[in-house]
Amino acid sequence: MNDDNSFWSWEHASAVLPDLLLKFFTVTLVVTIIGSIIAAILGLVIALGRRSAPRPFSAAITLVMNFIRMTPLVVQLLFAYYVFNTVPPLVLGTVIIGIHYATYMAEVYRAGIDAVPPGQWEATTALSMSPARTWTAVIIPQALRSTLPALANYVISMFKDTPFLMVITVTEMVREAQLYGGKNFRYVEAIILAGLIYLIASYLSSLLARRLEKKLEYTTA
Amino acid sequence: MIENFEALWRALPYLIDGVIITLELTAGGALLAIVVAIGLGLLARFDNIIPRGFARIIIELFRGTSLLVQLFFFFFVLPLPPFDLELPPLVTGILALGLNYGAYGAEVVRGSINSVPAGQWEATTALSLSRTQRMWRVIFPQAWALMLPSLNNLLIQLLKGTAVVYLITIVDFTAELNRLRVQTDVYFAYGLGLLVYFGIAYLLTLGMNALETRAKHRLGQGGKWRDTITTTPIPDAKGAGQFG
Repeated sequence: MNDDNSFWSWEHASAVLPDLLLKFFTVTLVVTIIGSIIAAILGLVIALGRRSAPRPFSAAITLVMNFIRMTPLVVQLLFAYYVFNTVPPLVLGTVIIGIHYATYMAEVYRAGIDAVPPGQWEATTALSMSPARTWTAVIIPQALRSTLPALANYVISMFKDTPFLMVITVTEMVREAQLYGGKNFRYVEAIILAGLIYLIASYLSSLLARRLEKKLEYTTA
Repeated sequence: MIENFEALWRALPYLIDGVIITLELTAGGALLAIVVAIGLGLLARFDNIIPRGFARIIIELFRGTSLLVQLFFFFFVLPLPPFDLELPPLVTGILALGLNYGAYGAEVVRGSINSVPAGQWEATTALSLSRTQRMWRVIFPQAWALMLPSLNNLLIQLLKGTAVVYLITIVDFTAELNRLRVQTDVYFAYGLGLLVYFGIAYLLTLGMNALETRAKHRLGQGGKWRDTITTTPIPDAKGAGQFG
């Protein structure tokens, strides 16, 4: 069991697993959840801004949105890390990943809003609803329903991008695995276990997303 | 500001080398990814459980874990026994990027083939085409036009994904930017870097748009060449389905 030449050592596996799980729950999962909340809200703001703001503003929003979504998250993280060097990296990383994914989610919202049938808009006019009420009571509830599965996919995708935060010194699960490997010259167990935890979590979250999708389909029918 | 440009001038040869490495990773990764995507995408459509199961396992393995886990696995674990496979870092990077995005691409390929209208499949039966003729002469050209927007998305994702390879000692464009930052300042170095990445992504999008127009022309469908140039680089929202 203690043979350091064997491919897999249960000793190392059991030594590293608690640390990996700890980082998974305290960093990876937390970043994903908070980042998703930021992305979901900011994405909606961007989508509404592009639709409702006067022309020069909406064009500017579109340009910035495209710029963020077509440049690497890693470079954005590094940029922000050196500019805002007083903000704790974990907080900064969560915000930046949230902003990055907001630009993806904005497109999802846009498609969702475009998919609301024109009759719904006409109905709000016929009922002389205010613009605020039109959005909050009629358009957004319908748009959200059709967009939730795509938003869920982006959350899962963000979850797999959280290791990128290691470039700004955040120690999440994968970085923890790498650190263990470097310290003990045993990479095999740490990296394979990190991958396994990812695999299980991705599987569970995709089951959840599929169930959500089914549920929404049923209620819209 | 002037000092910044002087530093940029001195660093220019290195930055260009960095861009070349980034482009090599993107091109190599994309080439491997498209082969993996088509291969696994076709295998995943088999009725026989063995090829289908094989394809599904590989696809889920690479889609279900993070790119960085795969990169580290290839970099740290492959050189150890029983693999004893020590690859140059650049090859390791291309392998991880190609397999990761190839697995996503496989789902795109499979989905696009499945969305070719049933009448086309029936027509090939009526003309008694062989299996290979059916796929390569009728079904795939139509699926190809369908999958190009999503593949464009993936290509941009892949380009952006190359920026992490400096973690496995590859001196790519991002690594050079980290050096430039020391000689100039943060805004200058990373601002320039983001612009260059954006430029590359934009050019790739134009190229993919052109490919899509060509694919549609070959199917006798419309699509003006002019549209390929004016199209803003907005990956379509349907591409969201590539994840998860």
